[in-house]
Amino acid sequence: MSSIVTTGAGPSPRGTGLPAAPNLRRKARPVESVIRAFLMVSALLSVAITIGIVAALIQPVIEFFREVPFGDFFATEGEYAVLPLVAGTAMTTVIALIVAIPLGLGAAMYLSEYASARARKILKPTVELLAGVPSVVYGFFALTFVTPTLLQDILNLEVGFTNALAAGLVLGVMIIPTIASLSEDALSAVPHAMRQGSLAMGANRMQTTLRVVLPAALSGVAAAIVLGLSRAVGETMIVALAAGAQKNLSIDPREGMQTMTGFIAQTAGGENAVGSTSYNTLFAVGLLLFAITLVINIISIALVRRFRQAY
Amino acid sequence: MSVAATTARDMTRVVSTGRSKDRGVGSLVFLGALWFSLFFGVMVLLVLIIDVAIAGSPRFDSALLTEYGSIVSPETTGFRAGILGSLWLMLFTALLAVPLGIAAALYLEEFADGERWWNRMIEVNLQNLAAVPAIVYGLLAVAVISLMGFNRTGIVLGGAVALALLILPVIIITTREAVRAVPQDIRQGSLALGATVWQTTWRQTLPSAIPGIATGTILGLSRAIGEAAPLIVVGLAGSVRFDPTGLFSEITALPMQIYSLTSQSREELQTAASAAIIVLLIMILGLNALAIFIRNKFQKTW
Repeated sequence: MSSIVTTGAGPSPRGTGLPAAPNLRRKARPVESVIRAFLMVSALLSVAITIGIVAALIQPVIEFFREVPFGDFFATEGEYAVLPLVAGTAMTTVIALIVAIPLGLGAAMYLSEYASARARKILKPTVELLAGVPSVVYGFFALTFVTPTLLQDILNLEVGFTNALAAGLVLGVMIIPTIASLSEDALSAVPHAMRQGSLAMGANRMQTTLRVVLPAALSGVAAAIVLGLSRAVGETMIVALAAGAQKNLSIDPREGMQTMTGFIAQTAGGENAVGSTSYNTLFAVGLLLFAITLVINIISIALVRRFRQAY
Repeated sequence: MSVAATTARDMTRVVSTGRSKDRGVGSLVFLGALWFSLFFGVMVLLVLIIDVAIAGSPRFDSALLTEYGSIVSPETTGFRAGILGSLWLMLFTALLAVPLGIAAALYLEEFADGERWWNRMIEVNLQNLAAVPAIVYGLLAVAVISLMGFNRTGIVLGGAVALALLILPVIIITTREAVRAVPQDIRQGSLALGATVWQTTWRQTLPSAIPGIATGTILGLSRAIGEAAPLIVVGLAGSVRFDPTGLFSEITALPMQIYSLTSQSREELQTAASAAIIVLLIMILGLNALAIFIRNKFQKTW
C-alpha cells in the first residue's frame, strides 16, 4: 500500500481516464481482458480501414497499368488521360477557395473578435447550417439556379449548360463553414494579452484583428484553409452534376470540364463491365485522388500541431 | 466597490475593447465586410430553399411519398423506394457504425496509453480518415462486399457498409469528446470504491456520456442520409421499383433518386426532383432538431 503512495508503483495514468491507481491488471479478470481486447480491435479497425483502402485500390490499379502504359495515363489527351481531370479539379477548387477564404475568414474574425459570447452562441451554428445541406442538393442548385439564373440571366455571361464556374462557386459556399469554424478556433486561441498589448498601443479593433490576432493565428488559419481545400478536392456530387461530363483541358472557367471525382461517379454509374480496363481506370483515378487528399491532410495535421504548440 | 473603482473599470472596458476608436471609415467598411461574410451563407441558403420550394411546389402531394419512380408517367412519379431505402440504410449504417465507433472511442479514451506509438498512430490515422473523400469509401465498400462473396453490390448491405465506413471516424471523434467531458471525480470515486476500470467505464463513464454520444451519432447519421457519392460507386440504381425486403435486396436512396432525376431533361421530373429535395431537407432538419433536443434535454453540466 505504502509503496503505491510513496513511489507511485502503480501504472502511470493510461489515457486521460485513469489516475495513478492501484494496478488492477494484477487481478485475474478474464472477462475484462476479453472486453479490453475487443475495444482495442475496434480501435485498430480504423487502421485496417486505411490499409483496406490502399489494398482495395492497388490491385485493380496494377491490372490497369498492365493494359495501359504509364504515359497514356499521365497524358493530356486520350481515353485514359488523367491530366485533364486533375486540371478540372484544380480549376473548381481554386474558384471555391477564392470564394471561401475571404468569406470564411471574415465570418471567423467577426465571431472571434467582435461578437459577444451570447451572439456567438447563436451565430456560429447559423454559419454551420451550410455544412448540413447534402451535396447533391448543392449540385442541383448549381445546375438549375446558379448557371441559368445567376450567371446567364443576371450576370450575362456566356457559360455552358455545365461549367466550372458555377460548380466552383457553389463548392466555395459549401466549404465556408469548414474554414470559418476552424479559423475561429485558431483566432480564439490567441492569448488576450496580445490583444490588450495592441489596444494599449493605440490600435483600434480592426488593426488589432488584422495585424496582431490574424498573424498570431496564421498556422491554425492555414490548417483550416488546407482542410477546406481537401474538402473541395474530394467533393463529388456538385462537380458531377454541374461541372460537366467531358474531359476538357482548358483555362476558361466558363466551359464545362470534368473533375477526378466527377469521372469516378460517371464511370461507376455507367455501363462498364466490372474488371474491364475502362472500369479499372476508376480505381487508378481513385488512388490518385486518395494520394492527393492524403498529402493535403498530412499538411493540415502538421499545421494544427504547430498552432497548438505555439501558446 | 467605490465609485472611482467602478468608473475606472468601465473606462478600462471601453478602452480595452478599442471601441472608442472604431468610428473611422476604414473600420466601418471592415466591419461591414465581416457582417457580409457572416450572413452570405445564410442568404445563399435562403435563396436555395426558396428556389427549390417554388420549383417543387406543384408536386407537394401524397403521390410523392407513396408512388414508385416512373419515367412513363412523370406527373405522378414518387420517391417511396428512395425514402424507404434511405431509412433502411440509416438503420443498418447505425447498427454497423455505432457499436464499433463507441468501442474504439472508449479504448482510446479510457484504456489506451497515449505514449505508445501504436496508439499515436491510431490517433493520426483517425484524423486522416475523417478527411478522406466520401467517394473513396465507396470504392472500399465495393472491395469489402466482393470479398464477402457477393457479386451484386447495389444492395442494402453494400450501401450500409459504405456509409458506415464514412461516418465511423465522425462517431469516434464525437464520442471521445463526450467521454472526455465526464469529470475525473466520477471515475476516481468509482475506482476508490473498488470497481475495476471496465466496471467504472461501463457503469459510470458511459452512462454519463450517453447524451453527447447520441448527439454526435445523430449528426453523423444526418451526414450519411444526404450522401450520394459512395452509393453511386457501390452501384445503387436510381430506378428501383420495389420496397427493400432484407439485407440483400436491391435498393435505392433518396439522394440517389434526386441525382438520377436531375440528369433527366423532362420538366415534370425536374419538378419532382425539387420536391424530393424538400423532403430530404426536412428529414435532415428533423434529425438535427432531434440531436439539439437531446443535447438540451439530457446533457449534464458538471
